[in-house]
Amino acid sequence: MTSATTAPGTRAPAAPATGGNTLAGTRTLIRFALRRDRVRLPVWIGALVLATLTTANSFRTLYGDPQDRANAVAGVDSPAGLALSGPSHYLVDDGFGSLLSHQMIGFTAVLVGLMSVLTVTRHTRAEEETGRAELVRSTVVGRHAHLAAALSVAVLADVVLALLLAAGLTGLGMEGIDAQGSLVYGCAHAAAGLVFAAVAAVTVQFTAHTRGASGMALAVIGAAYVLRAAGDSGENGALSWLSPIGWVQRSYPYVDNRWWPLLLCLVSAVACAAAGFVLSTRRDVGAGLRPEKAGAATASAVLATPVGFALRLHRGMLTGFGTGLFLMGAMYGSILGEAEDMLAGIEEIEEALERIGGAGVAESFASMVMAVLTVVAAVYVVMAALRPRSEETAGRAEPLLATGLSRSRWAGGHLAVATGGGTVVLLLAGLGFGIAGAASTGDAGLLPDLVGAALAYAPALWVTAGVAAVLFGWFPRAVQAAWIVPVYAFVVGYLGQILQFPDWMDDLSPFGHVPRLPAADMDWTPLLWLTLVAAGLMWLGLAGFRRRDLDMK
Amino acid sequence: MTKAITVSGLHKSFGRTRALDGLDLDVEPGEVHGFLGPNGSGKSTTIRVLLGLLRADSGAVRVLGRDPWADAVELHRRLAYVPGDVELWPGLTGGEAIDLLARLRGGLDRRRRAELVERFDLDPTKKGRAYSKGNRQKVAIVAALASDAELLVLDEPTAGLDPLMEVVFQDVIGEAKAAGRTVLLSSHILAQVEKLADRVSIIRLGRTVQSGSLGELRHLTRTTIEVETERPATGLAALPGVHGLRTVDEATGRIRFDVDGGRVDGAVRKLTEFGIRSLISHPPTLEELMLRHYGDELAANGHGTGRDTDGEPR
Repeated sequence: MTSATTAPGTRAPAAPATGGNTLAGTRTLIRFALRRDRVRLPVWIGALVLATLTTANSFRTLYGDPQDRANAVAGVDSPAGLALSGPSHYLVDDGFGSLLSHQMIGFTAVLVGLMSVLTVTRHTRAEEETGRAELVRSTVVGRHAHLAAALSVAVLADVVLALLLAAGLTGLGMEGIDAQGSLVYGCAHAAAGLVFAAVAAVTVQFTAHTRGASGMALAVIGAAYVLRAAGDSGENGALSWLSPIGWVQRSYPYVDNRWWPLLLCLVSAVACAAAGFVLSTRRDVGAGLRPEKAGAATASAVLATPVGFALRLHRGMLTGFGTGLFLMGAMYGSILGEAEDMLAGIEEIEEALERIGGAGVAESFASMVMAVLTVVAAVYVVMAALRPRSEETAGRAEPLLATGLSRSRWAGGHLAVATGGGTVVLLLAGLGFGIAGAASTGDAGLLPDLVGAALAYAPALWVTAGVAAVLFGWFPRAVQAAWIVPVYAFVVGYLGQILQFPDWMDDLSPFGHVPRLPAADMDWTPLLWLTLVAAGLMWLGLAGFRRRDLDMK
Repeated sequence: MTKAITVSGLHKSFGRTRALDGLDLDVEPGEVHGFLGPNGSGKSTTIRVLLGLLRADSGAVRVLGRDPWADAVELHRRLAYVPGDVELWPGLTGGEAIDLLARLRGGLDRRRRAELVERFDLDPTKKGRAYSKGNRQKVAIVAALASDAELLVLDEPTAGLDPLMEVVFQDVIGEAKAAGRTVLLSSHILAQVEKLADRVSIIRLGRTVQSGSLGELRHLTRTTIEVETERPATGLAALPGVHGLRTVDEATGRIRFDVDGGRVDGAVRKLTEFGIRSLISHPPTLEELMLRHYGDELAANGHGTGRDTDGEPR
């Protein structure tokens, strides 16, 4: 490491005058970032490649004969199906490649975007917020080096992912999955990653907080997803053309193999990144674009209660997720009416829905959507439940726990906000879905049904918070493992429907035990059990936290 | 009367690192106790054990007569703590943080809070991230002193304060002492502890190496005497307890030497034989105390002692 840090110091002055100064040290920072991400990025890339390859490979058995493929195509050929997958043009072809692109790109593009956003914020704003950037910038490191290095690492990760996807898919040697299509497929993912990395390059300039910067960039990803879902399900795809995810889906790998929509991504990425560099010169190191306003000189009475205090810290994220989920629910709700009209009368689909245990078409679609909305709510719950750990490692728990506040009440306040907030977020998703759904179907009775269906998932969210609590109390260094819960729920809940996983895999997830309302009937027993398990896990987590040493700076 | 703090044979390890290795500490009620040691000697670890934030591996620890691990919350209501590295919430103002900490501790004296904010010249409307290190420290100090705590635990509280604020801090601690509060003040800034502390404990490598009142500790060390006599002083070097005799100025015959605490009388008696024209004596500073304890480390680090002492670094 020593040699790596000193090398550019001698190299940088020799660099040509063309911008060499503001980028001095970029190469070292890139190597340094790769060193820090030597586990993180390979895990991300490996998981994405593996998930894609397993899905593709499973098609051999799932859709082995042409009739199965035709059924699969018919199954998604509805506004609702298209909203969850991609544009209908894929359906002109029922080859393995086309099916794969149609069902996977929309979701994996979101995940690649997530990887890219988190990579950029981690190496820019997070470094500034902790004050480490200040130290690094005082050495021979140019003004733009941090952002340039972060973007380079994100680009590198995206390109490696693209190549691995291309090579891996070609290597499967499946009919309809050829080399050229696989290359487009891989590059489509890289293109999505580049756009969102560049978006993060802009959002990290706006706010002084890493969480805020990531949140803003994730909101852009969410908006892109919602726009493409609305566009793809409607008659004209104009809305999809406003979304980078819509663009990459319109490269039509294995169908048309179009490159130019990916160029669109590249151009926007370059434009956004350039904007990020320009904006970064308009602000001070460590500061956002807006100056910090003065606040209250004294604390309100609520702030000094554990829950009130936790609520204050969680406020921003809670509002963000609440708004996002409400809008997402409303988007799905608005196509619920169309879904009903289109699907009614198509025999195969009604059969397929029968298997999910469907009553009506709208209800079955609604229960599928609900599973997706719940995973997003679970992401919020994990982030909120892990907050005490980040407070602890940042050294902010120490002064609080040296007051009359007990460990249980402090951590309990955060858990209360995580569980209560998760429930509220879920309620908002149900309300958005219900209000828009009732409006689009003209059936006012859907509103209470859908809100109820959403709330039925609340105990599963509490279990998620409980898992995080146990990790926090007993294995504080491994708290990030709590992410397994929403990721697993997503894999089983979404991919499981495509890949037809066995039931026991569903049972491993707390979300697998929730009755699929409104399609299925209400069953209180599993909900009661989940609530008891959640309470037990939280008690166990708090007991562990009371016994262990506090981690301090 | 129960002692404010008693620690004996305290051990604490983090994995293979042994942070505390049989540390002892006694703090009497109502005293200001200096807790001295170089960086990494275990001061903060000890304090965190005293607060019940860390669990002792072995050893007996009592704070205000109670077990800090088992009775953490009850104890915390009776004490106030200023961490060495104050971290504030980026989204909360300094004023909110003060109120939060003080209220969670069990109450806040509004008048004293206002007075302290004024004296420390603190703007309570700024957001946490906008404060400098010194201002973050002021927030923690004001929060600690604005509540009625019996025991103040201060971990290097003035590391980021400017000299003016340090004077304010000393006044405030003096007032707390006058009000009968007990103060445990950790520091490696010796001058500050010297001004405030009644007694000190010096620790090193997780173990207490010296403990006692400043007077007692000084007794263990040497006084430096610089003297000008009418006739050249002879035979001094042969006196017991006299070290490092040397001539400062050939022309005036000014000499200088160090003398052991218990031997000052003999040395001065001897000097009177030669007619003292002027005499300056320096009491041993805590720097010298520390140098005698840590001189070998300092020398090993290449700092040397910077003093013309013959005192063999232990």
